[in-house]
This record gives sequence, C-alpha cells and structure tokens, in this order.
Amino acid sequence: MRNIFIIASVAFAALTGAAQAEGVLPAKDISFSFEGPMGTFDRGQLQRGYKVYKEVCANCHAMNLVSFRNLSDKGGPEFTPEQVKALAATFTVKDGPNEAGEMFERPGLPTDRFPSPFANDEAAKSANGGALPPDLSLITKARPGWYGTINQFFNGIGGPQYVYSVLTGYEEPDEEMAKLQPPGKSLNHYFSAGPWIGMPAPLSDDVVTYDDGTKATVDQMARDVSAFMAWTAEPKMEERKHLGFMTLLYLAVFTLMLYLVKKKIWHGVPH
Amino acid sequence: MSTTIEHTDVTRRDFIYIATGVVGAAGTALALWPFINQMNPDASVLALASVELDLAPIAEGQGITIKWRGNPVFVRHRTQAEIDAAKAVKLEELIDPLARNANVPDTDQATDENRVVGGKEKYLVMMGVCTHLGCVPIGNDGDYAALVDNVKTGGWFCPCHGSHYDTAGRIRKGPAPENLPVPVYSYISDTKIKIG
Amino acid sequence: MSGHSNYQPTTRFGKWLHERLPIMELVQAQGMDFPTPRNLNYWWTFGGILATMLVVQILTGVVLAMHYTPHIDMAFNSVEHIMRDVNYGWLIRYMHANGASMFFIAVYIHIFRGMYYGSYKAPREVLWMIGVVIYLIMMATAFMGYVLPWGQMSFWGAKVITNLFSAIPFVGDYITTWLWGGFSIDNPTLNRFFSLHYLMPFVLAAAVGLHIWALHVPGNNNPTGISVKSAQDTLPFHPYYTMKDLFAIVAFLVFYMAWVFYSPNYLGHAINYEPANPLVTPAHIVPEWYYLPFYAILRAIPDKLGGVIAMFASILILFFLPWLDRSPLRSFKYRPLSRFFFWVFVVVCVILGFAGSGLPDNYFLSHHAAPAEGFHFTYKVVGQLATFWYFFHFLVIVPLVSKIERTEPAPASISEAVLAKAHDHAA
Repeated sequence: MRNIFIIASVAFAALTGAAQAEGVLPAKDISFSFEGPMGTFDRGQLQRGYKVYKEVCANCHAMNLVSFRNLSDKGGPEFTPEQVKALAATFTVKDGPNEAGEMFERPGLPTDRFPSPFANDEAAKSANGGALPPDLSLITKARPGWYGTINQFFNGIGGPQYVYSVLTGYEEPDEEMAKLQPPGKSLNHYFSAGPWIGMPAPLSDDVVTYDDGTKATVDQMARDVSAFMAWTAEPKMEERKHLGFMTLLYLAVFTLMLYLVKKKIWHGVPH
Repeated sequence: MSTTIEHTDVTRRDFIYIATGVVGAAGTALALWPFINQMNPDASVLALASVELDLAPIAEGQGITIKWRGNPVFVRHRTQAEIDAAKAVKLEELIDPLARNANVPDTDQATDENRVVGGKEKYLVMMGVCTHLGCVPIGNDGDYAALVDNVKTGGWFCPCHGSHYDTAGRIRKGPAPENLPVPVYSYISDTKIKIG
Repeated sequence: MSGHSNYQPTTRFGKWLHERLPIMELVQAQGMDFPTPRNLNYWWTFGGILATMLVVQILTGVVLAMHYTPHIDMAFNSVEHIMRDVNYGWLIRYMHANGASMFFIAVYIHIFRGMYYGSYKAPREVLWMIGVVIYLIMMATAFMGYVLPWGQMSFWGAKVITNLFSAIPFVGDYITTWLWGGFSIDNPTLNRFFSLHYLMPFVLAAAVGLHIWALHVPGNNNPTGISVKSAQDTLPFHPYYTMKDLFAIVAFLVFYMAWVFYSPNYLGHAINYEPANPLVTPAHIVPEWYYLPFYAILRAIPDKLGGVIAMFASILILFFLPWLDRSPLRSFKYRPLSRFFFWVFVVVCVILGFAGSGLPDNYFLSHHAAPAEGFHFTYKVVGQLATFWYFFHFLVIVPLVSKIERTEPAPASISEAVLAKAHDHAA
C-alpha cells in the first residue's frame, strides 16, 4: 500500500507540468523575505518597491486591480492613511461626467484604482512600438520563473524572481546576435517570449532616490519592485499564512481527538 | 448502544467524547464565520467614496438629488419663506423631537438650526429616504410645504404610505417615525460641500 | 431497503411526526442501525469524504456566486474583487478551486478501491453504474467551473474541449455553434456555463442520493468480497463507522487545508491569471490534472473523430466492467493475477496522466523536442502505448484473467476472516 502513495504523490507533483520556451533562461533564484510557510513581506522593501513602480514602471504599465487605499492595508506596504492620501494625489485620474456632461481630470483619491498611463490598449501599443505593456497587478502569479512540477512544488513558480530576472537580465548583443536584432528590441534571455523584448532596460543606478537612504542600485530596485508586485498579486498572503497556521493547528488537535474517540469505540471489537 | 463499549471506564470515556464534541462544535462555529462575514459590506464598499458638490449653481427655491452610498441625497436651496415656515414650528408639535443630524450630538433637538450645518440655513442637505419603509419622497409637496401664491414650495410627501415632511425635512404626519436624516457633510469652501 | 427497523417514537411529537413522515425511522434504520461489515478498512472512508467535499463545493460555490459576475468584461475582475475586497473572499475562492482537485483525488481513490475489491460485481452493478454517472457529471461540472474566471486557460480550455463535438460527422459544427451560442466562445457561452455550473451540483447531489440508495439495498461490499452471512459479520453503522468516517474526513481536511493555505495556486495554471484573449493562444494548453489521462487518450489517436471516440469510450467502458469480470470471487485479495494487473493498470493510468501533460512531440518527461524522423519515446508515443494498454486491460485482460486465474482460498465468512486476523495479531 505504501507504493500507491509514492506513485500517487509523484504523479500528482508531475501532472501540471509545462515547458519553458527554447532560448529562454529560468529565472535567477534569489530569495525573498516572504518565501516559505512563515515568510512575511518586508514593509520597507514594499515601500521602496512602490516608489520604483510609481517613478519607473507606471510610465507604461497599468495596475488596474490595485487601489491606492490598499497601500495602507494590513499585510502590505502599510503606508499611513495620510501618506496614501498624498501618494494618491500625485496621480491624475479621469473622472466625470461633470454637470456640463464632460469628463475631467482630478488628483487621485485613496479609493481610486491605479490609473492606466494610456487611454486604451491601442494607444499603449502605438506608444510602445506595437508591444502592449501588460498590467502588472497579477504579473508575479501569471509568469512562472521556472518550470518542472516537482521544482515548482518546492520552490513556487518563481514569479517575483521572474520579474527580478527580466529587470536585471538585459545584455548587449554580440556581433552575431546583433545581426538578428529587430529594430527597437533589446536582448533579454529571461523574458518569457524572449530573447527579444520590446521594453528597453528600465532601470539604471539612482534612477529613483529612496526615502530611507538605501542605495538605489539596479539590483536593489529590481528586488524591491519584484517584492512589491508579489504583494499586489497576493495582497492577502500574510493573512492567509497566519490563518493557515491556526487552522492546521486546530485540525491537527481535532484529528488526534477523533482518533482517540474512534479507537475507544472500536476497542475490543474484532475488525 | 452496544455491549462492546460498556466495559471501558465511564468517566474517562465520557471526557474524551465530550471534549471532542466541544472542540468540534467550536471549530465548526469558527469555520462558519467567513461564510457569514462575506455578506457584510466588502472593503471596496467600506472605503466609500465621498462626494463633493458645488452649491453655487443651485438657484434659490431649487433642489437637486445626488447619489451617495447608493441612496439619494436631497440638496435644497431654501427660500426665505421655507426657512421662516420651519422656524415658526414649535418643538412640541413635532412627532420626532430629535435633530437626526449626524453633524450635531445625538440628543440635540430638531430646531431648524440643528437641521443644517455651519449656520448656513439656506442649504438643507438630507437623505432622500423615507424613514418609514425607504421610498423616495416627492419634493414641493405635502401638507407642510410652504405656500407662496398658492404654490407649494419646500416640504416633502412620500407617496408610498403618505408621510408628510415639513420644509426642514421633519416628519409631521403619516406613518414615518423619524425626521429625514442629515448625513455627515462639511463645507470645504463657502459654497462647496463634501458628503461623507 | 434491507434491515428491519424497530424504531419506536418516544415523545408525543415523535409519534405525531412518525405517523405523518417516518423520517426518523429512516435515519435510524439507514443512518444508525444499518448493518455494515465489520472489516471495512480506511479505503472505505472515501465515500464519506466525497460527500463532505460535495457539501464544501456547494457551500463555497453558492457564496462565490454572490460576488461573481458572469460577463466577459467583468468575470475576471469580479474574481479578483473576491480575492481582494470581499471579506474572506480569498479563502472561499481558494477552498473552491482546490476543493475541485480534492474532490477528484478522493473520487479516483474511491473508484480504484471499488475496482480492487470487486465492488462493481453483482449485486452492485447499478450502484457502480450510478457511480460512473456521478463521475461524468463531476467532470462536466468541473470543466464549466474552470471557464468562469475567464483567464487565458479558461478560454482556451473551453475552446478546445467544446471543439471536440465538432468531430461528430455532419452535425458537429451545428452542435458546437449551439453549445457556444455564437461562432466562438463568447459572452453567451460564459453565461450558460455559469448557469449550468450552478445547476449541475444539485443534479450530482440527487445522483449521490440514488448511489446511497443503491448501496443500502445490497449493503456494503468489504475487503474480503464475501457477502454478509450472519449478524456476526456486521456492526451498526453508528457509532462505529460514523466515528471512523469522521476521523478520516477531518484527517483529509488537514491535507485539503494545507493546499488551500500554503500552496493555493499550485494545482492551477499561472496563465489563468492573465485575462482571456480570444486572439492569442497560450503556447501550451493543458487541462487540469484530473483530466490529463483522458487528454492523453484524445491525443493518442491521430484522427480527430477517432480521438474523441476513444476519449469518451475510455469512460463509457467502465459501465461494462461488471460484465467483463467473469470471476466468481469479488476481492482481488484472493485473485493474485487480477491483483497484479490491477497495479499495472494503476501505473498505466498514472503514465497516461504524465503523457497528457507535455507537448506531444517532446521526449516523454522532458522539455526537449524529439527529431521528426525515427521512433522516439515522445509524450505522444508513450500516450499511444498507454492508451493501448488501457483498452487492452478492459477488453482482454479483465475477461481473460478473471476466467483463467487460480484464486487463493477465501474465508467462508467475514467473521472468520476477522477472527483469523485477530489470531495473527495475538500470535
């Protein structure tokens, strides 16, 4: 009977496999504070990551599923509500119609979603050489950094690592590759539809100035913004792990008690 | 139940059964909570958007209705006749003597001053939801509207079950138990208010 | 139903109710006193586990429907609204999504248990066939549920599977158009899938009622496969099996909750967190893990209609299993050759699962493409070999082996087997 468990667990693990495209590298396996069953987000890192998103990514990428108010939610960057008000007001949001029936622009409010930098997908494409910058709300859940069912079982899908690797994975093409380079594209072996990517390298040292004095190297900014996107994709992660711990603890105790009850009832009954 | 379990120690047996039953019942109750709580207003509803409104375009004797938290809010620029009519009412005559104004203490009386905010008695802002069963009352109607040249002005009448409100939105006649409530609002400039 | 009840109402209300609706008698006779073989092992607890999972899925599903919007422009965002804004919405959605997988794990164990102990054999053929119907309803329900989040895999999974029907000669295209309510998967399709996904679990619950009814007529099979001969062979269902089942159910919940809280997206597909795009097919479309063996069978046949027929046949063949097995004994415990081929069959099913998971022309269990020329063990080839074995098992091995195998000596009764076991323990 033990065999069946081994077979079943291996089968189970392997059954959701998918293949990495040719010419694309698996993401660099950097570690984050939120990994593992007890891992939590690093508030400072999320706040820095927000700044990178706001000053760099938000120029082209929307984050339609996230509201400014979420930035002060428990388990996230935990800005104060006053800070969130100020942060929201730095964005311009389209609203309306007003009494005259016209749309107008106003500063963002905490209840607004992060606005899209483009009016629509077509405008976004035409401004970016035909490539549509994807919405980043769920990007770390939608893009695996590596494959292999057993690998993913133990290490997760590597979504944040994927974002980090793309951001730090730009290369100068050598002579041979340069001949193949499509106009306006850059070389990045970590990009899932790579190796040519429409987005030019977005980060360079000190492109943002961190409020907490952390040195804004490309590596640091890539880590921070990847962590920020891990939070935007799974904002309830801390609550989930916490409640999970309590639930499993309870169930373990209750299972044990039921086992004793069952044993007692069956005591002395041949079966 | 069965002869096979009778020979075990009765007290210990009962203890494990009762303890397991209690732990199971407690766990079930806790597990039910998410299923109940999911029907409560969600985070996006609770983070209610506040509404800002410019009062300047509303002419004297004119009222508008805006939507806030899914309910109609009456915003009326009252005429002097309406204000005078409201002020002339003695408190003893009122069905509901309390102000029902979220911006003043709960125990304040339903004087005309206590029905407005910031002493700006020209502007009456209140929920357009009858306190009887929730219909939207009709404006410039009812037995307690002010009469100017035999035309009713101010005052509200709820067509569903015949409740009459006066020019300060106070219940005067009919089945409704309370005055129309005044929501939380404040003046952010001389003619601009923010509801919520 | 078997078993005579000696239910006597003790209260006045009980008597009053009993004369009008003898429901308490039914509960006592079928839910408490019901004589159950005393030797059932833990593989028999999966029936109770499945009933629990059905209740969990209906409960979480009804709640999700309160917040979900079945419209192509809003479905994806409404699911994210559940995940982000609704109180405990993330928990309820993860319970529902992982609950489907748990449901299938339990049902596969339940089916293989029935096969191993010969539970499909007379007089339980109808019980078994209702079980196959339940499994079919489960598959249809889970398939339509997977479409509702309207992610990339939702859309393309729906497109591929509904296109199976276009293989039917002459009327195939009309049927797919009818299923879709248009010329592709679109808003009408999403709407009807939502409606049916809500309806089917209740049909399923009714079928489960029939399944339990059909179980209570002949009573449970048991690990020896020997029919109940005397009262000594059985125990009342309550408290013996209520408590054993409850223990197993809660132990299963530990397994289930570990997924929900610590790996809630592992059993899904990352690409389904991208909204459906009818203009771009994902590089690799795979169904949920529980369909993979059938997907492998579908791809094994190089002909469109042939593949569809093989896939449906692979499930429909289960209906005939009670008559394909000619052995006088039920349990494989005393049928060594059947037992051996049973385990081979389990392994083949697992291999089929793997075969359905990869790109057809890649080497089996690898990410590398095989050369076009020559014979290679690709996903497709392995799938073809396993598909062959799948049908060979049912059509040749089962009838033949059950006829020719030399059975081992079986005990005369359940109580004899139980006493022999107790004796072994003592020795």
